[in-house]
Amino acid sequence: MQFRKFLIGAALAAVAAAPVSGQAATLTVGLKAEPSSIDPHYHNLGPNNSMAAHYFSRLVEQDDKLRLLPGLAVSWKPVGDTTWEFKLREGVKFHDGSDFNADDVLFTFERAPNVPNSPSSFGTYLKGKTFAKVDDYTIHISTERPYPLMPVDMAAVPIISSDVGADVGTADFNSGKAAIGTGPYRFVEWVPGDRLVIERNEDYFDAKPEWEKIVFKPIKSGPARVAALLAGDVDFIDNVPPIDIPRLKGDENVQLSQGVSSRVIYLHMDQFREDSPFVKANGGGDIKNPLLDVRVRKAISKALDRDAIVDRVMEGVAIKAGQLLPEGFFGVTPNLQPEPYDPEGAKALLAEAGYPDGFELTIHGPNDRYINDAKICEAVAQMLTRVGIRTAVETMPKAVYFRRASRGGPDNSPEFSFILVGWGSGTGESSSPLRSLLHTYDKDRGFGASNRGRHSDAEVDKLIEDALATVDDDARLKLLQGATELAIGRNQGIIPTHYQVNTWAGKKGLSYTARADERTIAMGVTSDK
Amino acid sequence: MTVFIIRRLMQSSVVVAVMSLLVFVGVNIVGDPVDMLINPEADQAEIERVMRDLGLDRPVHEQYGYFVVNALQGDLGKSFIFGEPALQLIVQRMPATFELAIAALLIAVVLGIPLGVIAGLRPGAPSSKAIMAGSILGFSLPSFWVGIMMIMLFAVMLGWLPSTGRGDTVPFLGMQVSFLTWDGLQHLLLPAINLSLFKLSLVIRLARAGTREVVHQDYIKFARAKGLSESRVVLVHLLKNIMIPVVTVLGLEFGGLVAFSVVTETVFAWPGMGKLIIDSLHELDRPVVVAYLMIVVLMFVIINLLVDIVYSVLDPRVRLQDARA
Repeated sequence: MQFRKFLIGAALAAVAAAPVSGQAATLTVGLKAEPSSIDPHYHNLGPNNSMAAHYFSRLVEQDDKLRLLPGLAVSWKPVGDTTWEFKLREGVKFHDGSDFNADDVLFTFERAPNVPNSPSSFGTYLKGKTFAKVDDYTIHISTERPYPLMPVDMAAVPIISSDVGADVGTADFNSGKAAIGTGPYRFVEWVPGDRLVIERNEDYFDAKPEWEKIVFKPIKSGPARVAALLAGDVDFIDNVPPIDIPRLKGDENVQLSQGVSSRVIYLHMDQFREDSPFVKANGGGDIKNPLLDVRVRKAISKALDRDAIVDRVMEGVAIKAGQLLPEGFFGVTPNLQPEPYDPEGAKALLAEAGYPDGFELTIHGPNDRYINDAKICEAVAQMLTRVGIRTAVETMPKAVYFRRASRGGPDNSPEFSFILVGWGSGTGESSSPLRSLLHTYDKDRGFGASNRGRHSDAEVDKLIEDALATVDDDARLKLLQGATELAIGRNQGIIPTHYQVNTWAGKKGLSYTARADERTIAMGVTSDK
Repeated sequence: MTVFIIRRLMQSSVVVAVMSLLVFVGVNIVGDPVDMLINPEADQAEIERVMRDLGLDRPVHEQYGYFVVNALQGDLGKSFIFGEPALQLIVQRMPATFELAIAALLIAVVLGIPLGVIAGLRPGAPSSKAIMAGSILGFSLPSFWVGIMMIMLFAVMLGWLPSTGRGDTVPFLGMQVSFLTWDGLQHLLLPAINLSLFKLSLVIRLARAGTREVVHQDYIKFARAKGLSESRVVLVHLLKNIMIPVVTVLGLEFGGLVAFSVVTETVFAWPGMGKLIIDSLHELDRPVVVAYLMIVVLMFVIINLLVDIVYSVLDPRVRLQDARA
């Protein structure tokens, strides 16, 4: 770490002025992660979805704050209780010149959930829905129950051309043969591990982006990515390591772009076992799990100095959290604020719950998944120890961590007692974390898939389920706010610490519209003119 | 002789079988690839589907049996992440790694031998001492650190060379190579030097030790007495004799060069096998990791086998000892 500080400092002192030339038509981008395929329906994961957004359009698009915008659909509305109508854009051409119409949409929805060998399928957004073509530019999508998230789901599935044929394979996309979309860029070539090249689609139906050609280079190592930017080998990078941010800020040849993400970092506590494996009485004896007591959970929240986490651990690049999503997102309630730091109050609550001398606890967390994740665990442990909960820290690589946190215990139960995790809401509304983190774990109905603390409250469950079946936005907002207030405000089902803020860096004169979904979309990179 | 080879072949196949078991089980007890692959929004049914599709719901011994049956037919499994045959992914990236390794080897030989000879001919001179001090640094500095320092110096501060990636490639003997284009050569230089440093130091030390020994031999004294020019003495009589240990060691070390490229490839974002294996380890792409390790095991077993056979041809005592054992 020390070395890296020195290194960046030295670089900044010496870097030659390398301004972006006014006519630069090519943008070179250094990415932390590259996609695993060009097939937009092969792997439903961040890097693939980000990249696909350049050459494929969706029916509905999301802006930087995940608000919905017209894409290949110009408008949508519910018709009847369980059916949505999407009006499609006319006059759109695919990159090969063929026309876009409802057949392409139906073809896409038929293929997307059924790609062979898919490690994470788009069935998540498409199952339980029936699609019907009304005319060439109108489709109806029906569900069994009223379904408010239809437009959001439609913002997740890239539309491909039906001309590629039903037997098109993932390899056909990777070679470029089938990589025909309607997006602002055309796919040119992909050399895995080396580069991915796209060029501007001059027939794009919406505003044309600034860059004629974009070259993406995967540079996994953080210091190497920063060095490539400073050396001028790339114009723009994502995932700037936090340690380098203060120094890059002082460099007049570099311009940083930051934005809050929809990812909340939170603590999850074992709320389902009387005998929790990583909670011990003082001295190491067995103890009835104190985390079952809401007063203890509240005390933990009070013991956290969120300002210190943001200022010291995150170097100011984060926003302290009191609920599931930062302000401005759908479902956020004005009635929940970050719990103020109150160590005395925490001690009093612990005493009231019957633990005046605290107890022993181990916090588990990943060390390569979220920004500064291991350091946050250490800070949390120190803060808890200060109010009497002697906390040990154990962090591990995400490859090991997530399996153990989700199903490392007996009968595939979560192994740990107290963990640090993050949740990014892809939909941009709080129904996503509510259903996955705070609804009772229910395998058969697909609720609580990431509820690793097994928080369970029938009242909260009902509100979440009602919200997921309420199409009217105002009514749904109330239900989501109510569910959040109960699950977090009353139950302390999870303890949010902060919202992640992401940092991109470009040469001077290049700014980026930071996206809440953490994606790097080259259309958002613009030069000052 | 035939009996000897058959016996060696059987021993080798036992080694391969045992290694495959160790590698497969070792890789399979760490974590769960599903958590790396799946979108967090997916529900339990989708998680179970992926586990089923990847065969992860089966007990390890069953997965291993399946792997062995397929491996015997030349199929080392499909990458979880890319959905393509693991072997194909590795082979695709092989030219980049071999190009880097060969370039590093060339640098080590072309620079190392003259420097070693100079240091050996005049061991007390300041230049020789500087060379030897440099070789100690080459041995002891971690290549990750040196790589970043080189990037900072030559790419960021001086701006002479690119910091990352592989540059333009052209087809050559059916492979994509970068050393035939100017851009590719520029991209190759820094990573190749970085990778060569360790071997360069090794060659310098071998060449120096060889020179010190050979220079006192009678035939060198005789050559000098005959009045041959110093350059002829060094370039012909001395060089020929010190090359034997250098070539032997470098031949054996080439495998290590390919394996050590992992660090260099990561620092310079070089699209070779090393970067593939590191990424696959991080993301738990088990088939690729297993396939890579199996290829390495096979490579070393074959090299050792060939060496044994050649030795036994050259030196009958090896054969006899083996028969007695």
